[in-house]
Amino acid sequence: MQKRKLGQTIIRQRELFFMIIPVMVYVFIFSYLPLKGWAMAFQQYRPQRDVQQWVGFDQFTFLFKDAAFFRVMRNTLGMSTINLVLGFTTAIFLALMINEIRRKNFKRIVQTISYMPHFLSWVIAAALISDFLSSRGILNTILVNLGIVETPIIFLADKNAFWWIFGWGNVWKSVGWNTIIYLAAITSIDPELYESAELDGAGRFARMWHITLPGIKSTILVLIIMNMGWILNAGFEVQMLLGNDLTIDTSETIDLFVIRYGINLRNYSLATAMGMFKTVTSIILLTAANFASKRFAKESLV
Amino acid sequence: MKISTKTSDRLFDIFNTIFMLFIVVLMLYPFLNTLAVSLNNATDSIKGGIYLWPRIFTLKNYESVFENELLLTAFVNSVARTVLSTVGGLFMCSMAGYVVSRKEFIANKFVTIYFLMTMYVSAGLIPTYFLFRDLGLINNWWVYVVPGLFGAFNVIVIRTYMQGLPDSLVEAARIDGAGEFRTYIQIVLPICKPVLATVGLWMAVGNWNDWFTSYIFASARKELTVLQYELMKVLGSAMAAMGNRQSGALAAQGAQAFDNISPIAIRATITIVAAVPILCVYPFLQRYFVQGVHIGSVKG
Repeated sequence: MQKRKLGQTIIRQRELFFMIIPVMVYVFIFSYLPLKGWAMAFQQYRPQRDVQQWVGFDQFTFLFKDAAFFRVMRNTLGMSTINLVLGFTTAIFLALMINEIRRKNFKRIVQTISYMPHFLSWVIAAALISDFLSSRGILNTILVNLGIVETPIIFLADKNAFWWIFGWGNVWKSVGWNTIIYLAAITSIDPELYESAELDGAGRFARMWHITLPGIKSTILVLIIMNMGWILNAGFEVQMLLGNDLTIDTSETIDLFVIRYGINLRNYSLATAMGMFKTVTSIILLTAANFASKRFAKESLV
Repeated sequence: MKISTKTSDRLFDIFNTIFMLFIVVLMLYPFLNTLAVSLNNATDSIKGGIYLWPRIFTLKNYESVFENELLLTAFVNSVARTVLSTVGGLFMCSMAGYVVSRKEFIANKFVTIYFLMTMYVSAGLIPTYFLFRDLGLINNWWVYVVPGLFGAFNVIVIRTYMQGLPDSLVEAARIDGAGEFRTYIQIVLPICKPVLATVGLWMAVGNWNDWFTSYIFASARKELTVLQYELMKVLGSAMAAMGNRQSGALAAQGAQAFDNISPIAIRATITIVAAVPILCVYPFLQRYFVQGVHIGSVKG
């Protein structure tokens, strides 16, 4: 009886199935089918002879013993952390300040201009950043003219500077865009709170600190928790475009490691093992982050 | 007391305005500087010292760029892939979004989870490379379009928008005897224009800005290049000067095409050419982008 009913529903909804099945097949091919490639992580795959020899967890043990693995992990976590801290503080600060602009037109112009870098590709951004930081770039010109340094600093050749170039490059590219979500949260704060605070003699800073900031606190926390789930995603674009042999020690991330070993050195098995390690760890982190943010959202509602 | 509050208020406004001007300069300067270099005599640019205004004005750099066949090909490829991917992607994502927005659809939950999983589980670069190889997509123009049509997040954003439409719309179509596919094409899609604009713009920007696909999957055939990849190769020459291990060969390729003008000028000019289409479009379509962030943050 139940079965017949189900069958009837499927027949009745056949048109929806006809529409969705091709999409599901497509998703299967491009998102799920590649997972079978993970088998390579447990093999010693030699493309020249197409030999696949099962080696169990050897690739992983090799990876975890490799000094390069630790360097890459350190760089990924370091850059992610810098990105997280810088990204959040600057975006929140800028959102608070934009919110305080009184003239509507000026506010709109500032917002539009601050979104601009978000739409540019990383290639363009990297070209602009490398000009900005070059020995004849504006930053060095200012530093030399103010007498802060005697000779221009070659920032992109300094391996101790790379993480910060990455962090501030990211800030430049996305700080404006990241204010959108905070500015939206600010609009839902009760305006009466501001009025009564003004009557109590609270200045602009006091109102920002005691009303606006607490008003968007839950948005901030949820976003921070969610972003922590992506901590292994420090990316590869900036590192690949602005990194060079002199900074490789501090610029190589997990993704770049995969590209270098897999595409350039054709050590497919090791690169796949690294990619798999990243995906599996990320899923665990994201599940934890999701759980934490849901719990937090529930608590903050009560 | 009252007066001092007012003075501090004024001071705050002044400080804030100065701060905002600083932000505006910081956002715009790198771009304007590159624009100035692209309009400056190429040999003169090597001397440096160009900030906001070209010292020896010329359009020669743009002429060289547009006379260069490789770059013209790159430009055509960039435009073609962006258009095809956006149209195809919108069709696929909106159709999937429509089906999962139908509450009565029995496989609703399963399909949604099946789609959402793809946001977290990614096989990684190497398995993807092998899949593309098996499908014959390596060094094939269609690698720009075929693999990237689906996006789980886009489907969810479209679905959420469709769920907000009044049920009576679909019911009325049903009474008129329209099937699901016709209801989707003729009734639902036309009123979903705002969300389609948002998602379509994301797709278009993503495609226009992509250089990585060319680098990994299509670098062996010169005629498959895109604008961003050409810029990446020229940028590589600057990094190679600092001893980049990978870009050396690429830089040689990049520089080869332009032995007549300096890399600084060429780089600046390609940067402008690659950036201008987006810069012309985004201020006018901004509200669609912003809207998308809001829809995404509600359900994301």
